[in-house]
Amino acid sequence: MTRHAELEKKQAEGKIGEYKSIYGPKQPKPPLAKNLFYAFVVGGLICVLGQFIKNIFIGLGFAPEQAGNPTVATVIFLASLATGLGVFDNLARVAGAGTAVPVTGFANAITAAAMEFRREGLVLGVGGKMFSLAGSVIVFGVVSAFIVGLLSAL
Amino acid sequence: MKKRGQTLFFDKPPRVQGAATVVGPKEGLGPFGLDFDKVHQDVRAGENSFERGERRMFLEAAQLAMQKAGVTDREVDFLLAGDLLNQIISSGFVARELNIPYFGLYGACSTFGETVALGAALVDAGFACTVLGITGSHNCGAERQYRYPTEYGVQRPATAQWTATGAGAVVVGLEGDILVRAATIGKVHDLGIKDPFNMGTAMAPAAADTIYQHFRDTGLELKQVDLIATGDLGMVGREANLALLERQGLDIGDRYLDCGVMLYYSHQQVEAGASGCACSAVVTIAHLFKRLREGDLRRILVVPTGALHSPTSYLQGDSIPCIAQAILFEAAKGGETKWAHI
Repeated sequence: MTRHAELEKKQAEGKIGEYKSIYGPKQPKPPLAKNLFYAFVVGGLICVLGQFIKNIFIGLGFAPEQAGNPTVATVIFLASLATGLGVFDNLARVAGAGTAVPVTGFANAITAAAMEFRREGLVLGVGGKMFSLAGSVIVFGVVSAFIVGLLSAL
Repeated sequence: MKKRGQTLFFDKPPRVQGAATVVGPKEGLGPFGLDFDKVHQDVRAGENSFERGERRMFLEAAQLAMQKAGVTDREVDFLLAGDLLNQIISSGFVARELNIPYFGLYGACSTFGETVALGAALVDAGFACTVLGITGSHNCGAERQYRYPTEYGVQRPATAQWTATGAGAVVVGLEGDILVRAATIGKVHDLGIKDPFNMGTAMAPAAADTIYQHFRDTGLELKQVDLIATGDLGMVGREANLALLERQGLDIGDRYLDCGVMLYYSHQQVEAGASGCACSAVVTIAHLFKRLREGDLRRILVVPTGALHSPTSYLQGDSIPCIAQAILFEAAKGGETKWAHI
């Protein structure tokens, strides 16, 4: 780095720090208590709904340990349906992590991307862009599953 | 036609010969719903994609503005247009529909200022008699390009802004009741803000500097300007801008508005306010020009602000370079400012 660039950098950093002290106190604080409350309530209700669906599957004759898979599939379907109907994003706006953490968030990420890029065609649009958000969940999910699998085998 | 510092002074002066706005449903429900020339109830404006809807709004705004100005596209000398979509496609596609020599501009959300400044300069210099400027943005088009798919559920931080849907067109010519008196061309500033959900804070230094430069170059006193309206700083950037100007000795608090704060009601869930090329364009044309015509305001400084980042620059960790252009509009019946001192 040239001396000139170095000087400029120092000067800019001074300015940046100065600006931070101007705008910093005026930044709105995230409504943490409200966000936590809604995330807890909505996320909890989704889990209650999941349990309810699971009980139905058990009632239909699934073994309790095997009722999980059809339950997850049903919740995914419901989240995708809500995304398609345009209500999921409004709910998520309030619920935040409450809808993002359960499998509903994953379903929404895939459905929203698939819907969004429908205009760009089935192959490069829907197919290519469907996992643009959820792809990293799959990649890192598989990688961490592999590592955990390795560790448990040792 | 003179220049001092960063400011162009127009002495012909160019006038707003006609201007029109076309907006989406959410903007129609805002405080200026009745002032817009056309409100679409469909976000796609009857087309099959957001991008095509944006183009339709551009074209409709252009046609309405030309109709109001009493000119046809064959009589317009130049078309200046810009938008937010990659490769400014809305502008290019609308230029395809209009039979006018075309300049494509990009100044992000400050494009409205850029089109009016350059349009006025072309008219004042005598290169053109009428110039058509169009700019606009689309919430869903911008969301899917800059952020997430529109139906993706995400919690927006309190500093986030809502890209406005709509288009504004201005015919700058030699007749009309609003004068374009001066334009200050801003420098690009970047004070290290990297968060694209906090563009108001990122853009405030650019706005403050352009406003300060404008008053320095023109020698106008604060009380001579009835209103200063920044483009889309929102609630958060507005405060930073006020604080920055106060440190420079300009206390504009009693005559300062931000188009981003004005475009929607607070219950419309837009967090810190509106943004996008459409924001400053439609608020200025539909609301501020109306007040100039009614005589409520005599001289206003409109300062559209733009964040010149892209999704790529953001992902690569770069901060957001920002710009602001200032345009001084004046009601014709209020008597022209004489730039005697220049």
